[in-house]
This record gives sequence, C-alpha cells and structure tokens, in this order.
Amino acid sequence: MTAALTRRLFLAGSGALVVAYAARAADIPTSAPPTKLPGSLKDWPRLAAWVQVAPDGTVTVFSGKAELGQGIRTALIQVAAEQLYLPPGQIMLVTADTGRTTNEGYTAGSHSMQDSGTAIMNAAAEVRGILVAEAAARLGVATPDLTPGGGRVTATDGRSLGYGELVGSLTPERLAQPGAPLKDPASFTVIGAAVPRVDIPAKVTGGAAYVQDLKLPGMLHARVVRPPRYGAVLAELDEVPIAAMPGVVKILRDGSYLGVIAEGEWQAIQAMRALSTAARWSGGKTLPDPATIFDTIQALPMQDSVILDRVADQPTAATRTLKARYLRPYGMHGSIGPSCAVAQLQDGLMTVWTHTQGVFPDRAALAELLAMPVDKVRCIHTEGSGCYGHNGADDAGADAALLARAVPGRPVRVQWMREQENTWEPFTPAMIMEVEASLDADGHIVDWHYGVWSNTHNMRPGNGGRLMPSWALAAPLTPSPPEPIPQPEGGGDRNAIPLYVLPQARVVSHFIPEMPLRISAMRGLGAYANVFSIESFMDELALAAGADPVAFRLAHLTDSRARDVVERAAHEFGWDGAKALPPGHGRGFAFARYKNLGAYAAVALEVAVDHETGRVRVVRAHCAVDSGQAVSPDGIRNQIAGGLLQSSSWTIYEAVSFEPTGITSRDWSGYPILRFPAVPESVEVHVIDRPGMPFLGTGEAAQGPTAAAIANAVADATKVRIRELPLSMARVKAAIGV
Amino acid sequence: MIVLTVNNIRHELEIDPATPLLYVLRDTLGLHGAKYGCGLGQCGACTVMVDKRAVFSCLTPAAVLEGRQIKTIEGLGTIEHPGPLQQAFIDEQAAQCGYCIAGMIMRAEALLERNPSPTDAEIRAQMQPNLCRCGTHTRILAAIHRAAAVTRAAALAVPATQEAAR
Repeated sequence: MTAALTRRLFLAGSGALVVAYAARAADIPTSAPPTKLPGSLKDWPRLAAWVQVAPDGTVTVFSGKAELGQGIRTALIQVAAEQLYLPPGQIMLVTADTGRTTNEGYTAGSHSMQDSGTAIMNAAAEVRGILVAEAAARLGVATPDLTPGGGRVTATDGRSLGYGELVGSLTPERLAQPGAPLKDPASFTVIGAAVPRVDIPAKVTGGAAYVQDLKLPGMLHARVVRPPRYGAVLAELDEVPIAAMPGVVKILRDGSYLGVIAEGEWQAIQAMRALSTAARWSGGKTLPDPATIFDTIQALPMQDSVILDRVADQPTAATRTLKARYLRPYGMHGSIGPSCAVAQLQDGLMTVWTHTQGVFPDRAALAELLAMPVDKVRCIHTEGSGCYGHNGADDAGADAALLARAVPGRPVRVQWMREQENTWEPFTPAMIMEVEASLDADGHIVDWHYGVWSNTHNMRPGNGGRLMPSWALAAPLTPSPPEPIPQPEGGGDRNAIPLYVLPQARVVSHFIPEMPLRISAMRGLGAYANVFSIESFMDELALAAGADPVAFRLAHLTDSRARDVVERAAHEFGWDGAKALPPGHGRGFAFARYKNLGAYAAVALEVAVDHETGRVRVVRAHCAVDSGQAVSPDGIRNQIAGGLLQSSSWTIYEAVSFEPTGITSRDWSGYPILRFPAVPESVEVHVIDRPGMPFLGTGEAAQGPTAAAIANAVADATKVRIRELPLSMARVKAAIGV
Repeated sequence: MIVLTVNNIRHELEIDPATPLLYVLRDTLGLHGAKYGCGLGQCGACTVMVDKRAVFSCLTPAAVLEGRQIKTIEGLGTIEHPGPLQQAFIDEQAAQCGYCIAGMIMRAEALLERNPSPTDAEIRAQMQPNLCRCGTHTRILAAIHRAAAVTRAAALAVPATQEAAR
C-alpha cells in the first residue's frame, strides 16, 4: 500500500468499523537483518511492523496471521502483554490486512505461534528494552533501577515516565536486533494464564463478529449461479424476465460465469433461483466411478520421491512380516457458515473483506483476475465461520470482486448457498497408504516400507487461475500446476515418516498431479491419513508381537517428549490391558508429533460399537499434548478437544459422495457429521507445559492420532481390523459380519 | 404490511410476506445473531425462539409470525450485561469460531425455559438439530449445564414464603 492511501475505511479485528490511517509500505522489508532473527522477524525485521507505541502511550501490535476461530488473537495479545508488562486489555491488535500488516503468508500449518507469536514476543521485548533504556537516559539512573509496568517505567526513587513519553528512538525504520531482552519464563504472569478469549463476548451476544455480518452503507447483496458440475458451459439463458424481478440491480454474465446483484439478500436468493431454473448447461467433466476411485488414483501418472531411505548397519533378523493397505476418502471442510465476502470498487481501488487464510497471496491472485495492479487491491481479513483449511473463502472473495466491479462505488456482499459450498469447495484428497514391516524374534520392528499416494494438498490461490470463479469467465484463467510441498513439512507425505526407532526404513511419496475432484488444503493435510495408517499398523504389529500397544510404542520411542505424552495419556486414561471393558467396548491409543516438528500429541480413548447396527461412538477420550511453552493453556485445550471431536467426525462418518455426473454430498443429509447425541461423555486434554521452550504449532496436532486411536479401539472392540475410512455403520457392520 | 414482535419490540414492516424470518432479522432489523448455515433446517445456525419454541428462522416465512413472540440472541442480554446462558458460554469459553453459537444458545434457552433441570441426555436430545464443526460440543454441553445450575441456584435463593405464595 502506498502513502496515497490515506484515510480509508477498514474493519478492525473487533468487527467495528473505524476510520484510520493506512500504514506505509508495511509489506516491504527495509533491509536484510544482520543475523537470523527469530520467527517472522527474520523476514520482516522492522520493529514497527510488529509493535507501535504512540505518543499517547497506546500500544498497537500487528500480525500477518488471522483469527480463524482458533483463538490466535488472544494468544498473540498475551505474548505482547507479557513482554511489554501491560495488561492484555491495553494491547490493540491488528491482524492480516494488506494495507496495514506484514505478509506472513497463510494462517495455516499450525504456524501462527511459531512464526508470528515468536516475532511479536521478541519485538515486544526489544521495544520494552528500548523504552527502559530511554527512561534510564532521561532519568539519569541505571536500567536495573527501573521497573516497567502499567505502561510506565518507574525508578526506585518513584519518578516515572509513560511509554508514550519514551518513544523518541523508536523510529519507524528501526530494525530488530538479535538477543531481545526476553523475560525469565519463571516470572510470566500473562503467558500461561487463563486469559479469556477477546472475541467470545461479541460472539455469544449477537455482535457483528463475522464478514457475514458486515453491513456497509449502500451495500448490495449478490448470489452466484454455479454450473451443475465442473466445466459445464452455460448454453442458454433468457435473463430478461429475471432482471425485472423485485430488487434486482444487475445480472452479471461473463462467459459461463453468472451472478445476480440485488438490493436485499432474499431478493438476490430468489433471483438466483430463477436464474438456476432458467439456465441450460452443457458438457462438463465426467467424474470417475466412486467404486474404484482408489485404484483409479493409484493408476494415474505420478512423481515418486524417496523421503526416507535408512539402511541397517547390521543384518536384521526378521521373523515375521505384516502388510496392509489403508484408504482415506475425499473429505469436506464443511464450514457451518458458507463462504462469504464483501467487495467495493471505489476510486480505482478494489477493497475485499474476506475470510481468506492469506490476504497477500489472495490479493495477488485477485489482481491477476481483475487485471488490476496489485497496489490497487486491498484484502482485509475479516473473520468468517471456521474454515479448517482452504475452503471457499478465496473464491467467494473473487465472486465479490467480480460482482463489485459491475457496480462501481457500491459495496457488494456475496454468500454461497449450502449446496454451492458443498459441491464447489476444494476437498481434501482421497489417499492410499501401503505399508509392510517385519518384526524380529523379540518383537522389535526391524524394517519398514511405506508408500503414500496422494494429490497435492495445496491449490491455494498461487495465481488468479486458482480462484475457481475464474474458470467460467469468457476469458478463463488457468490454475498454476500443482506442486508437492517438500519435506520436512510435506503435503500428502506429511507425517509419513514415523518417529519410531526403525533400523531399516524406506518411505516413498507418490505425488499424483492429476486431480479427479477439486482439492486443496484441509487441517493436517496428509498427516491425518498417514498417522491413521502408521498408528493403525503399529497396533497390528503390537498384536502380532503379543505386546500391549502402549508398551510397544514406548519400546520404539527414544524422544523423551514423545515418551512423556504417551505415558501421560495412558496414565490419565487408566490404560490397563488387563482391565475388562463392557461388551462391545474397546480401547485405542495413538501418538504423533505433528509434522515431526510441531506439538506432540497422544490420544487414548474408549469406543462403544453397537453390534446390531455397526454404529461407533467414542465414549471418553484423553489427549496429552506438549506445545512447548503453553501461552494459552485453555486455548490449547479448546483446540485439541475440538480437533479430537472434528477428527472423530471425519473418521466415523465422513466421505464426499459423487457419481460420474457430479458431487452428490450437496447438504448435511448427503454429508452427515457428528451430532450431539454421539458426542463423548468426556474429552480431557492434558497440557504438558515447557516454560522457555519454543512454541510448537498445535491446531492440527489431534487430527491424526484421534483417527488411529478410534480405528484401534474399534479393532479392540470387534477383533476385526478396518483399514478404510470412514468407520461408518455400513462398513463396520459388513466387517463384523452381522 | 407485516407486524412482527421481536424481543418485545413491535415492528411494522413493508416486506414480501414470504421472506424467511432470518433475512428479516438480519437485513431489515439489523439483528445479526442468527446465521445462515444451510437454508434447509439441517444445521440450526439460524435458530431463534417463537412462542417458547426453538425454530429454524431460515425456513419460517414472516407471514406466519404475526401475533407471535419472536426472541433472538439479542433479546437474552448484551455484551455489557449478558444473560445467564450467554454468561455461561463466556465462563466455559464455549466457542471456537462461534458461528453456530447464537443458534446453540437459542435452542438451549428454549429447553431451559421449559425444563430448568434437564438431564444430560435431555440436553443432548434437544441440541441434536444444531451442528458445530469446530468440535466445541463438550464445552457447549458444559455451558448449558452451568446455566441451568446457576438459574436453579438463583431460584432456590427466593424465600420459601414467597414461593409458597405463588
């Protein structure tokens, strides 16, 4: 954003509309830092990009990350408040806005605390150190005789200066230096405390909290009409009678792209329905046969990468070899609130209020779509319904921008209908995992061969063609080709390398570029299916070795933090193989360290399997998690328990259904998810705090272990191993032969 | 003209009588608490109360609501003075994205007004129509239990003589 962008409406994170000055070139680093700085400071070393203290003492903290319902706003405020010796309520936080914050890429991959939290912690500590040093010079005392607190720096003799009086040397261009004066973790009062989430009071009282609630002066409502299947062409439409419907302002038709703008939302919906009825479509992509989808995918052209190739330094003595194939179907993000955006074209500037996970990449893609210079597009993150990855958010932003361009000056709000969300969102890809491993006479794993077949897990808007609405335009854009996400984070092969001691091991990632269904990133990417497979197979090996599943894992784990979460989960659950469970009940265990880089999580749970119907229900669950320094223990508990319940829904119920003519999971009856009567009696999360240790990404850590723990518990309950998800009533019933 | 009573306030509205209540609340009356989720009565994000019952506002045309008492989340309290259920949701930190929460609270309110001492099974059965995707279910259940307990405790504090005189 340039300085020409002076006063402009923007939506503050609180949801309130305020008028403020846009930042200067906040997205351009001034120069390279002298040495590697921590977190996102290494890319954006200007202190003022993270923390600004105004002459009146107001403290504003900036983050390029966005609130997605995971509570990141509160955790980032806690980090800043701690290092600035301020009450959390005195920190203003500005998040993800191309006009005001740095470019921290996507809010994804459980990176926010590691990247942004670390940057804010160090920048806040350094700013506080600068303020204290300034006070020392002004008061003529040594820094040890000064105490920061409550927005002032106070000397032992009682003299004090406010933060706002000490900002002289905090120039906008001042760069962060290594070695920020971080507080001793033992003295923390805000980090690790139960600080209530800042966003919850508005959310429970009907406050304007979401982009769906945004109401700008003169705002119009719009709806789009999508083709009945990927690639279908609008062959025939008489829109004249519909243009005369009450409230209709404009019908936008550009190739096969069709949308309607009206004064009222209900008017827009009625006009959309009339257009849907009137439109005749032809052609489109034929989807593969769902009955053979896994074989179809495995037969597509692929690029193989050996991501682990470990050869034993001495001969191994395998006595028994097991082999298995695990399957994970297409899954849906399934946000409760369909995707929504508001856009306005005013004085040559397109502003888009969007619940995208990446305002900067989205801006670049939108600029390409609109054929506008990047600096004439502004994306302001505004909270939406939970997304759990790349759902329709960016596409809805594109819809809003295309429609707003047709009515310059007027803000346009567009929200997708439920069936549009379900049939056009990018799904998480179907995956195939094959594993073969051998045990020696002592029941130790001596070799391990693993392969995973998957599409990419990232079709985020890397270019304009990845915005789905662009495909229907008279001059369509082409999505940039899919690429694998390299290790160590990985995409389809995320968490494909086990943390266990494996003397000889080979892991191959089979990357499949061709995508039969539209797919992209969903919470955990490939980790969900890989951990499901690895941890299911660990139980199969433990059974073959005649070992207790927890003891078997511990026998193959050396990482002490991994062992700690395993032992803690087992202890809290009351893991005791000798203890009998009620008939039809089973216990299951699983462990993973997310991405082998993030939080450690172990899950122990009990399921009940109804013999007559095959219905699986989680009865109770425990999860032990190590997220490094726990900034918001309650936030971690909320994320982990939520992840556990969401993963249990994926695992027991969910698969996108389709037929050659299109997606058939059009609504919640066609895509059932967890409902209250099936919710476990208890879900307990045990946070192992590691004061002073780096933050470890947590938001996705429960997804994989939960899936495997359920599968293992079902195997324990039924004595039948099911290797294909979901563990639906029909599948379980068929497997147990009722 | 349609006359609707929302949170005890009477509104005379020049609207298409077929308009679902959800859009009247959000667009005409500026009450954003109820949310669009599916338009099919499958998710409960739009839940409000009509004459003591929880209803899907996305499916209920304004025309059938004349003379009825409509209550929305805005009618339970404010951010400064939250009602008992709202306060219980804050106390339990029972939200992640929170998009479903207004609907959750209104469906729970309908239960607690009818049955101040529901069992866990009764709460789960009541909440069955409402979906949460973040997995906040156990906190939502805890918040409803908490609100019921707080309300019961307040009722017990009413002197016995006053109770007997009713």
